[in-house]
Amino acid sequence: MPELKPTNGFEEVFRKVQTLTDTPMHYCPGCGHGVVHRLLMEVVDEMRIQDKTVGVAPVGCSVFAYQYMNIDMQEAAHGRATAVATGIKRVLPDRYVFTYQGDGDLAAIGTNETIHTVNRGENILIVFINNGVYGMTGGQMAPTTLAGMKTTTSPFGRDIATMGHPLKITELLAQLPGAYYVTRHAVHTPTAVRKLKKSLRMAFEFQEMKKGTCFVEVVSNCPSGWKMTPQESNEWMEKNMFPYYPLGDLKVPKVRMN
Amino acid sequence: MIRGTVLIAQEVCKGCELCIAVCPQECLGLSEHLNIRGYRYVRLIQETCTGCINCALVCPDSAITVFREPKGAAKKTVVVQSTP
Amino acid sequence: MKANSEISLMKGNEALAEAALRAGMQAYFGYPITPQSEILEYLAVHGTKRGAVILQAESELAAINMVYGAAGAGARVMISSSSPGISLMQEGISYMASAEIPFLIVNVQRGGPGLGTIQPSQGDYFQATKGGGHGDYRLIVLAPASVQEMADFVFDGFRLAEKYRVGTMILADGALGQMMEKVVQPPMGSLPLAEKPWATAGKPPSRERNILTSLFIQPEKMEEVNLKLQRKYREIQSEVRYEAIQVEDADIILVAFGLAARISQKALELARHKGIRVGLVRPITLYPFPSAILSQIALSAEAFLVVEMNAGQMLEDVELAVRGEKPVHFKGRMGGMLPSPEEVLREIESIAAVHAANSELIS
Repeated sequence: MPELKPTNGFEEVFRKVQTLTDTPMHYCPGCGHGVVHRLLMEVVDEMRIQDKTVGVAPVGCSVFAYQYMNIDMQEAAHGRATAVATGIKRVLPDRYVFTYQGDGDLAAIGTNETIHTVNRGENILIVFINNGVYGMTGGQMAPTTLAGMKTTTSPFGRDIATMGHPLKITELLAQLPGAYYVTRHAVHTPTAVRKLKKSLRMAFEFQEMKKGTCFVEVVSNCPSGWKMTPQESNEWMEKNMFPYYPLGDLKVPKVRMN
Repeated sequence: MIRGTVLIAQEVCKGCELCIAVCPQECLGLSEHLNIRGYRYVRLIQETCTGCINCALVCPDSAITVFREPKGAAKKTVVVQSTP
Repeated sequence: MKANSEISLMKGNEALAEAALRAGMQAYFGYPITPQSEILEYLAVHGTKRGAVILQAESELAAINMVYGAAGAGARVMISSSSPGISLMQEGISYMASAEIPFLIVNVQRGGPGLGTIQPSQGDYFQATKGGGHGDYRLIVLAPASVQEMADFVFDGFRLAEKYRVGTMILADGALGQMMEKVVQPPMGSLPLAEKPWATAGKPPSRERNILTSLFIQPEKMEEVNLKLQRKYREIQSEVRYEAIQVEDADIILVAFGLAARISQKALELARHKGIRVGLVRPITLYPFPSAILSQIALSAEAFLVVEMNAGQMLEDVELAVRGEKPVHFKGRMGGMLPSPEEVLREIESIAAVHAANSELIS
């Protein structure tokens, strides 16, 4: 981006953070990934921990997350991000380590790694993007696809009898003693964006306090996979996703933050 | 009323219109032209912006920079220049 | 275990684990599987208190990906398993090969395929030396034949892995892991830690961010990465190691690695006692494979006998090296069975008999 020069005494009140690279994101128009990427990097910037943060990218739409986040990153195999993050955190316990994973990565192929990482209470942050669909491969059914929801591999809608139930992995993980802070958010409104950022900041601070695993789900849209405009997809998400995946905290630590 | 303005990185914008939907001042709109990536980009269509940053918060591509007039500043016409 | 070099009596698995701590291993990730669980058990007792990260993972798949993370963060990392577990790890091995992450992996082989048996085998030669996972990549493969080498090769393994940014595999077997022999452990700190400017340990303002990935979507870029790997593998050819025993005057050359080489050496002695001139070539590095020495010996020797605890895997590499110059015979046992020195001797005698008959025909 070119250098912006405000004149006439106007103050700059919002600008893209330097912890994001200048590479334009490959995501579809209106996709929530870009907002979550930005919020994560805003927190890293505000806490001045760019030199102490190591991220792990998944396989899925956000496979190229490392092209946009200006921090050291590793690209994990499909589903293995939390195992990779465990390895990093164990040998560099003073670094801030996070994974960034979609629903297919975290709740299907990587379920084992996810559950055991949280059960060990690894001091990492897991950011989980749930849009109920495999976006990268073209809109196939995900573990979190809603009942009756049409995808390219559930063309007549998800049939519970043969395809199973949408997996509430976040509720499941909240039961584990290793999970310290578990919360669910969205990025469809300015208020939701502000709330998510606050949660991400808390999660990074808990990591510094070595409290255990912090798990932040973001219910997100997939305009391309859902075959809607971005605005329609946000409305559909509110109407259909939120009742099954209600926003809010699932596990809040009893600790006072400064 | 507080006055503000936005600067939108035209070549980064994908025209998803999510910023348009959350602008309380209805001051954003799609351009008639396409950017280099083939999207109709968002631009300021009227000078009612208050610099509330709603648009920037929901922008997935971090394409929006927001400026605001400091409180108590003399009323002046805003000019934002882009230098390459 | 005292820190100085001294002679002690140890199981192969334990000698290897102790050597890893002395070699400055910073992290180990594992999962129990027979016949190598002693490595994890030994490290659980001795590793943590000597400053290493020791973690029992939920699966071999998770364990190898923990290696990716930890080794990618710059640590000196080892992982061990046995055949079925090594199969599960192939995903991570391939990814690390592409991302050029150095690590040491130990395969204490057991008989397969499938769940197989817990008895010793050499059935994973192909998997170890030809790739195992997907894509064009190689591991440096070291084949110990004694408890002493189980310990020594840990040092070589870490050194080579870090020198070339590749994975190194110690390809042992259940017998080597379980047998007790005297071993002299190398001293602590004799393998200095290498600089790893590529590691993802947090980006200071002074450098660009480090990214470890195996994803290169553009085919031009992916080919470039492959060409770089292949250049590295060509360079690695200089690390070839083998042991040649009494090959100078030999008519029949035994070729065997690991435990099969020990059995073959005994058979060599029995054959020499009977007046048959037998030599032995023991490849120590299975990749790079000592082809040159075998090609050279093929000019003077009359026949080769490859002895393996499998259906004939290294056999193919020997045949490629000999290039049809001389007959290459094979004696193998499978499924956890070991060939006895007497069995190998009988094979040598029948080759010698055919050879003698041919010589008479010619003269």
